Amino acid sequence: MKKFMFVNRKAPHGTVYALESLEVVLITAAFDQDVSLAFVDDGVYQLKKQQLTKGIETKNFSPTYRALDGYDIEKLYVERESMQARGLTEDDMLVDVTVLPAAEMAALMREQDVVLSF
Amino acid sequence: MLNIVNKSPLERNTLDSCLRLMCADGGAGDALLLIEDAVYAVTRGNAAAAKIADAMARCKVYALMPDLEARGVADRVLDGVHTVDYGGFVDLVAAHPNNQSWL
Repeated sequence: MKKFMFVNRKAPHGTVYALESLEVVLITAAFDQDVSLAFVDDGVYQLKKQQLTKGIETKNFSPTYRALDGYDIEKLYVERESMQARGLTEDDMLVDVTVLPAAEMAALMREQDVVLSF
Repeated sequence: MLNIVNKSPLERNTLDSCLRLMCADGGAGDALLLIEDAVYAVTRGNAAAAKIADAMARCKVYALMPDLEARGVADRVLDGVHTVDYGGFVDLVAAHPNNQSWL
């Protein structure tokens, strides 16, 4: 089993990166790997509660983050500095996450076998 | 001129460039409309909030409500920012002699 980390750095609806990352995460889980998700920079916005996409007529994929648990993907890490720069707190996150300072996030990245960036 | 920005202020410098140039001559008659990922700029507590406050002293600042709602931030818009729907977007384009979509 290899350690895979997905690093999410883009806001959710302006580009397709966040949705594509989620698709690949689910595929990787099906292969029974050790999967972690990191949310850094604007990627933190992917986990914001209360996303309502009816007005922009796109798929609201944000509830899918709550379903990751069912695929044994339980390691979700949010970088504290990125969260604070956006005026967000852990209460704004739609799923349970581990908030880490940048130094700890860096250490976590270093111990991965594969890091995929979105 | 209506200035339209669609990129997050924390990912790109589009908003910075727009504000620097639109305000260089005082910004008279200018308006700023934030759409798509740029709407994060007008949310309370974000790192670009002070720049938006500066801009509001010189010109009107608008943000597109459907984009705020999609991102879960419709309830944290800075005071003084006007929100518009798609019809309001069209009205703004019609009300200004020209416009620039910053890329």
